[in-house]
Amino acid sequence: MTNASTGQMTPATSGVLLVLAHPALERSRANRALAKAAKGLSGVTFKDLYETYPDFVIDIETEQAALTAHDVVALQFPLYWYSTPALMKEWLDLVWLHGFAYGEGGEALKGKKMFVACTTGASAKAYHAHGYNRFSMDEFLRPLEQTAHLCGMEWATPFVVHGAAVKDDAALKAEAERYRARVASLLPAKTEA
Amino acid sequence: MENILTQTLVYLGAAVVSVPIAKRLGLGSVLGYLIAGVLIGPFALSLVGDQADVMKFAEFGVVILLFLIGLEVQPSTLWDMRKAIFGLGGAQVVGTALTIAAAALAFGLPWQTALAVGLVLAMSSTAIVLQTLDEKGLRQGPVGRAAFGVLLLQDLAVIPLFALLPLLAISAPQHAAEAGGHGGSLVATLPVWAQTLSVLAAVAAVVGGGRYLVRPLFRFIAKARLREIFTASALLIVVAVASLMQTVGLSPALGAFLAGVVLAESEFRRELETDIEPFRGLLLGLFFMTVGAGVDLPLVARQPLTLVGLVLGLMVLKFLVMYGIARLFGAPKRGALAVATALAQGGEFAFVLLTFTVGAGVIGAQLAALLTAAIAVSMALTPVAMILYERVAALMDAAIPDVTPDTGDFDEGEPDIIIAGFGRFGQITGRLLAANGFKSTVLDSDIEQIELLRRFGRRVHYGDATRLDLLRQAGADRARMLIVALDDREKTVELVETARKAFPDLTILARAWDRRHAYDLLSNGADAVERETFESALALGSTALQKLGFRAHRAHRAAAFFRRHDRRMFEELRPMWGQEEAYMLASRDAAQTMDRLLNADLHRMRPGDAGGAWDTASLDEELRERAQQEGAD
Repeated sequence: MTNASTGQMTPATSGVLLVLAHPALERSRANRALAKAAKGLSGVTFKDLYETYPDFVIDIETEQAALTAHDVVALQFPLYWYSTPALMKEWLDLVWLHGFAYGEGGEALKGKKMFVACTTGASAKAYHAHGYNRFSMDEFLRPLEQTAHLCGMEWATPFVVHGAAVKDDAALKAEAERYRARVASLLPAKTEA
Repeated sequence: MENILTQTLVYLGAAVVSVPIAKRLGLGSVLGYLIAGVLIGPFALSLVGDQADVMKFAEFGVVILLFLIGLEVQPSTLWDMRKAIFGLGGAQVVGTALTIAAAALAFGLPWQTALAVGLVLAMSSTAIVLQTLDEKGLRQGPVGRAAFGVLLLQDLAVIPLFALLPLLAISAPQHAAEAGGHGGSLVATLPVWAQTLSVLAAVAAVVGGGRYLVRPLFRFIAKARLREIFTASALLIVVAVASLMQTVGLSPALGAFLAGVVLAESEFRRELETDIEPFRGLLLGLFFMTVGAGVDLPLVARQPLTLVGLVLGLMVLKFLVMYGIARLFGAPKRGALAVATALAQGGEFAFVLLTFTVGAGVIGAQLAALLTAAIAVSMALTPVAMILYERVAALMDAAIPDVTPDTGDFDEGEPDIIIAGFGRFGQITGRLLAANGFKSTVLDSDIEQIELLRRFGRRVHYGDATRLDLLRQAGADRARMLIVALDDREKTVELVETARKAFPDLTILARAWDRRHAYDLLSNGADAVERETFESALALGSTALQKLGFRAHRAHRAAAFFRRHDRRMFEELRPMWGQEEAYMLASRDAAQTMDRLLNADLHRMRPGDAGGAWDTASLDEELRERAQQEGAD
């Protein structure tokens, strides 16, 4: 059941589709701050997956139409076990179908841009060959990068906020501003006209 | 005339004694009735005198039979079965009539008589065949479908036969006014055009009345909730139609058939079937007894060989023709064998037609008496023939190990699910099941509700689901599941209990009023229950949480968490139920535990309960410590 407060705007014919997945957004400072900063931009369609589909029953047609209608697909999520939260994975599994997103006849996303914005609990140091997570963020995001590649999408440099839990309000505000600028830069040039 | 009580005593007594014996011996009930009839008849024990007036009464069994057949024949079914009815049935009637007529010609009968004999003997016995197939479980398969189609065409063919047979008259009609026991036609003296007109008017009255008069009448009676009056009105319909048809000189049985077809689409079909069924059985039994009593034993005794020849000739010819036609129509060998065996006897309409042809001067009385006896014997031999068929079929199976069995494809009437009660609750469940491709039969006793649903194009039958016979009619012995969604608490328990006893393999799901009712239903045999307000209350609660500021996913989880704990509590308290004090204590305790757990979830998600995975407090602390260390490095 969709709710009026899900923050879904009327579908744009172009611009950024910002898809957020956080199962407990009410407890997340970083993701809330980031989402708030980006969703006010004109040309950004905001979609909160856990708010739209609390029962995990995803409306595939609506989601595919939203994807088709945008030039940029932005995925925002906290890194859970080096991957996306469950509902975002479910959304990818169910919506990015063969014949739609990839494979024969699957050209709906071709030429679009994929942008990943991700928060982590641990500091940047942990995501290093010598850190306790042993791999870089680039390496952890490879599955998504390859997803974009398979769908014929352009892979934009990811936006990562490390140590999201330990940042103070001022630091978070700075990250949010940086995020807003980054999302704005993804918007097609015609918004300037 | 003898005392009517004595007569009743003799008939009922004979039936009660001989039918169970015949059934025990594997001969079928029809044979039991026939033998009982022969025994009490004027030519054996002579316990009953002239059975002519009983015969009139007994023929009503045939009328009711045709009414019931009509009820089963929805126009859509007719259309689906057009090949079986008009192809197979038409070929059988024409083929059999001509073959038998040819044989009769060969024995030196004039061609008119020969043709009449052929036409009369082409009829098979609807009553015997349907009953035999039912008893053998063949009714719903391709065999049953083919046989039913043929029988239906034969029954329909009786109408034109009444018109055609007099044209074959070779001697002056004896007493045409009394034609075939269908005497008393008030229109016989009218000019032909007026007769035709009255026939058309009568048919129109049956169709129109059935559509616009009878259904409102049934609705009115159903609202009164008087079961016996419903039965009475059902009988009234049949009697009224039969007498109307008789008045205009048509066959009452066919009128009843027509009335049945008209009512087949109505919501009262199941209830009508159930109510009329017992009368059909008894009256048909009476009919067969009168036929048995009518067998002229002295005549048969004088010409035993002729009779044996007639019976064998009749059955063999009918069998061969039907077998050939069935094969021509693409039936497999075994199926053709079964249909041909089942239909190889004379029918009850043959008796009626014989009397009629004697009256019309087509067939001589002597010959008619012989044929009557032959038909009766051939009917009696049908169960024996079916036993023979089964032997042969078993041999065929043994000879060809991979023979394809008769898989019933005629299963349109077989519901997966029976839904009792189609109010606010049953409808939602029903829609979900229907949307997923399950066939359901729906019973409801609220006539206003049914009217409303019918307007939305839903098929709902009127009936009190707590009646075991009606449940059986609805197919409870073959269905996979019974869903009880009655509004009445006590009736729900009653129905669950009845259904559990009668159909041990049926899965029974029931809608419970509250927790106590749910326990009641479970201990009376329900496989699963759902408290009627539980899920919707949870849904509303979840919406309330959202409106109070919870995010949707969290509200959803809170409801899911509550549901899980409540269901656990439901199971844990079940053994305590019935011991008032212990149950109270335990339930208070459980409620407190649940509040505690839910509160804990609210303030701080507990690992393993609800969303511990996202509880980052401890993790945050650890990360903060680590950050400090790193800063110190």
